[in-house]
Amino acid sequence: MTPTIGVVVFPGSNCDRDADYSFDYLGAETRFIWHLETDLDGLDAVVLPGGFSYGDYLRTGAMAAYSPVMQSVKDFAADGKLVIGICNGFQILCEAGLLPGALRRNRGLRFRCLPVRIRVENTESQFTSNSMWPGQVLTIPIAHFDGNYYCTDEDLEEMLAGRRIAFRYCDVHGEPADEANPNGSIWNIAGIFNEGRNVLGMMPHPERAVDPVVGGTDGRLILSSMLTSLVGSETE
Amino acid sequence: MTEEDLHRSLGLTDEEYDKIVGILGREPNHAELAMYSVMWSEHCSYKSSRVHLKDLPTEGPHVLIGPGEGAGVIQVGNQAVAMRIESHNHPSFVEPVQGAATGIGGVVRDVVSMGARPIALLDSLRFGALPTDTQEDHTAERNRFLTAGVVAGISSYGNCIGVPTVGGETKFEATYAGNPLVNVMCIGVAELDGIKLARAPGPGNAVLLLGSTTGRDGIGGVSVLASAAFDEGAATKRPSVQVGDPFMEKLLIEGSLSLIEKDLVVGIQDLGGAGLCCATSESAAKAGTGMLIDLDRVPLRETGIEPFEILTSESQERMLVVVEPTKVKAALDECERLGLRAAQIGEVTGTGRLVCTMGGQVVADVPADSLGDGPLYHRPFSPPAAVKMRQFEPAPVESPREALLKLLGSANIASKRWIWEQFDHQVMLGTVAGPGAGAAILRLPGSSSRIAVTVDANGRFGQLDPRMGAQHSVAEAYRNLCAVGAEPVAVTNCMNFGNPEIPEVMWQFVEAVKGMGHACEALDTPITGGNVSFYNQTLDEAIYPTPAIGMIGILPDNVLPPSPGFVKEGDAIVLLGETRDELGASEYQRTIEGRLEGPLPALDLVKESATGWVIREMISRGQILSAQDCSEGGIGVALAELCIHGHIGAEVAPEPGLDPMRWLFSESASRIVVALGKDDVPELRSLAANLGTTVVDLGYVMGRSLVVEGLFEINVATLKDAYEGGFPELMD
Repeated sequence: MTPTIGVVVFPGSNCDRDADYSFDYLGAETRFIWHLETDLDGLDAVVLPGGFSYGDYLRTGAMAAYSPVMQSVKDFAADGKLVIGICNGFQILCEAGLLPGALRRNRGLRFRCLPVRIRVENTESQFTSNSMWPGQVLTIPIAHFDGNYYCTDEDLEEMLAGRRIAFRYCDVHGEPADEANPNGSIWNIAGIFNEGRNVLGMMPHPERAVDPVVGGTDGRLILSSMLTSLVGSETE
Repeated sequence: MTEEDLHRSLGLTDEEYDKIVGILGREPNHAELAMYSVMWSEHCSYKSSRVHLKDLPTEGPHVLIGPGEGAGVIQVGNQAVAMRIESHNHPSFVEPVQGAATGIGGVVRDVVSMGARPIALLDSLRFGALPTDTQEDHTAERNRFLTAGVVAGISSYGNCIGVPTVGGETKFEATYAGNPLVNVMCIGVAELDGIKLARAPGPGNAVLLLGSTTGRDGIGGVSVLASAAFDEGAATKRPSVQVGDPFMEKLLIEGSLSLIEKDLVVGIQDLGGAGLCCATSESAAKAGTGMLIDLDRVPLRETGIEPFEILTSESQERMLVVVEPTKVKAALDECERLGLRAAQIGEVTGTGRLVCTMGGQVVADVPADSLGDGPLYHRPFSPPAAVKMRQFEPAPVESPREALLKLLGSANIASKRWIWEQFDHQVMLGTVAGPGAGAAILRLPGSSSRIAVTVDANGRFGQLDPRMGAQHSVAEAYRNLCAVGAEPVAVTNCMNFGNPEIPEVMWQFVEAVKGMGHACEALDTPITGGNVSFYNQTLDEAIYPTPAIGMIGILPDNVLPPSPGFVKEGDAIVLLGETRDELGASEYQRTIEGRLEGPLPALDLVKESATGWVIREMISRGQILSAQDCSEGGIGVALAELCIHGHIGAEVAPEPGLDPMRWLFSESASRIVVALGKDDVPELRSLAANLGTTVVDLGYVMGRSLVVEGLFEINVATLKDAYEGGFPELMD
């Protein structure tokens, strides 16, 4: 079975086509879901892509969190299905309460677009299971102004206890050094899971590191983990 | 105020006013006068430049649409590529963030109005000198403020609309302190049969206005409409700089392209300079039709806006589309689905007149083609009395090592990572090679075709010799593209000059146009369009003549572009081209001695073309592993960049017969430094010999340092620190 991935499009999304391209590149079926739609039937996973949903008015992700499609995405996630939020998608997941914490303006107060290294913290998820090992260093680009992850001490402790940190910014040796932190995120956090680890939010763009012609291949590991686990769960 | 005073305060001459009376057969009313004043402004009418632009080479095998439309269009594979460059210099000086942002918005809409999806932006930026440790002054502080603001404006707008900023160039020179340059180039892609034109055919067709509401912002942005005496008793005067809304632009891009894709429009034109008045009159005139516009139906930002304001407002993010009556509902429905405001504001007529009504009254009634058919001036031009063309004699330099490090860390040569990291240069997954190293390479969406793109300008050269300066800029752009293996095919340009009413400035313009045309002809890179920006002048001081050349090349299938850095130890380093003692107007002269003196390096366009052919041929054979064109900072900087990008050293020997320092920093034209396997050098030699170009052995890739025999040995890490650290130090 070929998994079908739904790519949500908000007004102002701009990485929707890229997510579509990369999942298609890896052999998945894809479908665009306009923000007013609420029918997610037939989808195996949902992508909240990067961009500037609703122009980032009010706060990044704040308006999108209340869009019609997000009510359905919440139900979709509650059913244990896969949801990945990339960049603006991560911000939306936090605003919608599907993930804890918030993303603030970058330390340095500038937009940053560059490849960064992230360390795989937990391979026990459907996003990180395929050909990845704990501590593995991936190189994946970031492109954001508001990627400075923050959460309360309680939230952080809870996530650590539940092994819900997915990725941390790190140096070439895999050390989560401060110099390797591109935006000032607490605990060098680049991506986190929800409790069920079926929802992943991350600031780096794995879909930009799939086609080697334009930006490496490390992002494939994450997207193909999703596809592999979806195929696996269907054959069981 | 009398009518006479009014037209003068709007920037119209008495002769122009008489011409309007002649056209209308009566005195124009206020709205009509405002319309003529913006449409006949230099910005819209090209009244000073048109006579000189008509002889430029505009045809070539790849050109589908040349000058005169929203953007030029060339054919690449089975797709159409649109290209356009525009300036937003004055707005960026007044308000750098919004000035630069709206500059992007405008050029992007130009490309969208051709039916093309924007896929890349490039910027050519000029500012006054930045503050240094030794020189702290208000002007330099302001230059830094402007630089940071313009970068922030490009970043906020370009990133939000999801169009990658893939390249460009930024330079600093005192002449731009009172008048920075912000030139933005946009590239778009469409299917061959998907190109649309700004035409309003078919009387009876509906005219729709998409996007933002119309407000009082940017009234007379192209002329002098916002004069204090004009609108007596008005409570407030909005500034003439517009405010951008990139979210609305994104909706407008998607909406416009969706309407085109669904075959719902027969004509489309963006609203830019001179706003609604320009879009309606131009699209009607080009189709030989007229238009009836009901200004009451134009969605407004506030009440009480006068007809002339609605007609000439430059509110951003608006597009005019012409739709057949049976498709109006479908078009409006599609816009509503996408969250894009749309209103039917009128219809196409067969009268040839642009008629505007408000409150049931006719407020303007003019021949549509008369607005675009502005005056034409043959302005007098004459060369300046004294140009410093005496031979530049550099003072002896104690330490070549320090000179190279100083150049590498200087504002003009140092890495602009600080700038381009603030731009999303990857979105759309087409950026094969982005900013930071020579020409950008793009893969076109939906195909495997690749193009290379660059934008180049050299005001220092232009100041000494505008004709040769323009030729050098074309040649450098050409060289940049060849150095990545691309065949240059088309040019767009942005001519930045001072006040054309000054004969010496006009002479600079005329010379530069001749030079550009000659070089484009010689290098087979036809001009598909351009933009002329005059009045870049503060008080008596015009900027250096700065024609910015945007050039596109096509990368043949299967060609692997060489690396901008050295690849492996043992590779031979070779110079294609000849080095002469040519330090005039060079970056060395600027950075080390703070002077600007000639003469310029010689330029032989036949040699340029031959060198380009040799490098492209060798790249297509897969034999060139690394390449850097040799321009600002000469061989010294080119070698350093190859070391820095490759994280590897090199050992080279200066050419005998030349002073080693001059050899190192001379900016002789038509040169490229390449690295290739030792065994492939003879093939390069024979190929070059057949075409009469020179090949000079420089040395080999090896070690951790750049060693120039008899001059210095500098660790690559030290080179990198200077190159990467220089610019952040100036900005932070």
